[in-house]
Amino acid sequence: MGMTITEKILARAAGVDRVVPGQLVDAKIDVVMCHDVTTPPAISMLVAKGIDRVFDPDKIVVTPDHFQPAKDVQSAELHKRLDVWARRHNIKHYYKLGRAGVCHALLPEQGHIRPGEVIVGGDSHTCTYGAFAAFSTGIGSTDLAAAIATGVLWFKVPASMKFVLSGALPQGVYSKDVILAVIGRVGTDGALYRAMEFVGPALADMSMEARMTMTNMAIEAGAKNGIIPFDEMTKSYLREHLKESVEYTVFESDADAAYIATEEFDCSKLEPMVALPHLPSKAVPIDQCAGQAMDQAYLGSCTNGRIEDFRVAAQIMKGKQVAIRTLIVPSTPEVWKQASDEGLFEVFYNAGCVISAPTCGACLGGFMGVLAAGEKCVSTTNRNFVGRMGSPKSEVYLASPATAAASAIEGKLADPRKYL
Amino acid sequence: MAKAHVYKRDHINTDEIIPARYLNTDNEAELAKHCMEDLDKDFVAKVKAGDVIVAGDDFGCGSSREHAVWAIRGAKVQTVIAKSFARIFYRNAINCGFYLIESADAVNKIKNGDEIEIDYDAGVIKTKKGKAKIQFLPLPDFALEIIRDGGLLDHIMKTSA
Ligand code: SF4
Repeated sequence: MGMTITEKILARAAGVDRVVPGQLVDAKIDVVMCHDVTTPPAISMLVAKGIDRVFDPDKIVVTPDHFQPAKDVQSAELHKRLDVWARRHNIKHYYKLGRAGVCHALLPEQGHIRPGEVIVGGDSHTCTYGAFAAFSTGIGSTDLAAAIATGVLWFKVPASMKFVLSGALPQGVYSKDVILAVIGRVGTDGALYRAMEFVGPALADMSMEARMTMTNMAIEAGAKNGIIPFDEMTKSYLREHLKESVEYTVFESDADAAYIATEEFDCSKLEPMVALPHLPSKAVPIDQCAGQAMDQAYLGSCTNGRIEDFRVAAQIMKGKQVAIRTLIVPSTPEVWKQASDEGLFEVFYNAGCVISAPTCGACLGGFMGVLAAGEKCVSTTNRNFVGRMGSPKSEVYLASPATAAASAIEGKLADPRKYL
Repeated sequence: MAKAHVYKRDHINTDEIIPARYLNTDNEAELAKHCMEDLDKDFVAKVKAGDVIVAGDDFGCGSSREHAVWAIRGAKVQTVIAKSFARIFYRNAINCGFYLIESADAVNKIKNGDEIEIDYDAGVIKTKKGKAKIQFLPLPDFALEIIRDGGLLDHIMKTSA
């Protein structure tokens, strides 16, 4: 019996020839991602136990993002703890304000993600990096502390589920719509503890950014990791973004690898999707919810805060006015600069949007656009739980950047296809 | 005897257990003041040391914030009994040395406010009125070892010493 990519990567990291789902392994970690919410507690745990070391200062990437720039005194204290620690241990890849960005957008962009590696981060959407044929998963602070100190973590090898994506995406339909449709079908725990492996011809036309939008949301189906096979698209992205150690190992699933389930999606039949409150799985085609009045549109986050997302939004907003509060939040300084250079900010400014510094901000109800009781927000983020973006009585509608832009113009959920 | 706080819902998520607006601290006592706030704003006033939370499927889904475990532990809750748990929450709890119980029946057989007794070694939950005796599968050995050592970091220190 063959192995899946996920199994092969974990076997390599555990130093064994093969692994099977359910098996416990101690895997070597290649990259540890640290941000400002879950890392300071991990640091405190290590200090409390007298463990004053990091396994490898070159393999830890630090970027404050959730409450960056500091939203209040308490978050400033978190940033300070992170800063003191990162300096003390000579963390090589430490992104400070001005270069820091939303972690899952920043790490691939800055060349920290390589195929075949095991990447962990103190954040549930760490599964994003699976778009590069890597095994990556989110962990909590204790795991993070252990990973920082030892470079090794225990894992239970997940069974893999295969998602076969065929057919070309129609005009106005994006990878965000695909992943919302996938989660809508399997449910928020449909892939619990499993690896979601995306394959099929529809991927060939998707940029790495578009692919990351899908693996980003694997956790919203309960998955341990999302993963996409390596191809020419991956290769050319890496050629552009890897700065040092440009070597990597490509693993592929064997033809006779075992999958616990296979789901097929004909992407050519998909429509723009919206996930209604309060679960990402409550996905419906736009025509079932169009017209629902909104109070705010939010374009940003690790899911859809990349340059191509803002290009689409600008294309739709050009020469038009937004009818509701609309926030543009580039996910990294580089995205910010590029959007500025391409003249997208001018479009957004003229349309009446506000443009923010790179931050997680209101995606998690932190700051910079939180919602009041009773307010509704169409958002390009990944999670619409009760209270996610502010008041427990507010509502979040998840959609693609195109749908969010069209909805911003109309002040209600709107089909982007009429603007394209 | 422990009092059961039963929430018959599935997918109780980390934003409900501890909303992100309180994540600017990792102080357990501070977090405990807001435990379950967006699900049940009276929870903190009702809960007593040693009480138990009982829920449906996929408890703890959402973010990787271990703050969710700390808020519950900080509120002096003894354990959470759910039909199933979200992966990261489950892992975090074990790593913190906090015992979780997976039981398909508990949420149906235990009523809100019931007094219950848990025998962790035998894997049995008894309700006081004696009506129900619910079996559960104790945690696997590797998880028990971590819990017995007081959490993952102590476990690592012990095993690598
Ligand atoms: S943008 Fe939102 S989902 Fe992404 S890491 Fe930040 S808070 Fe989490």
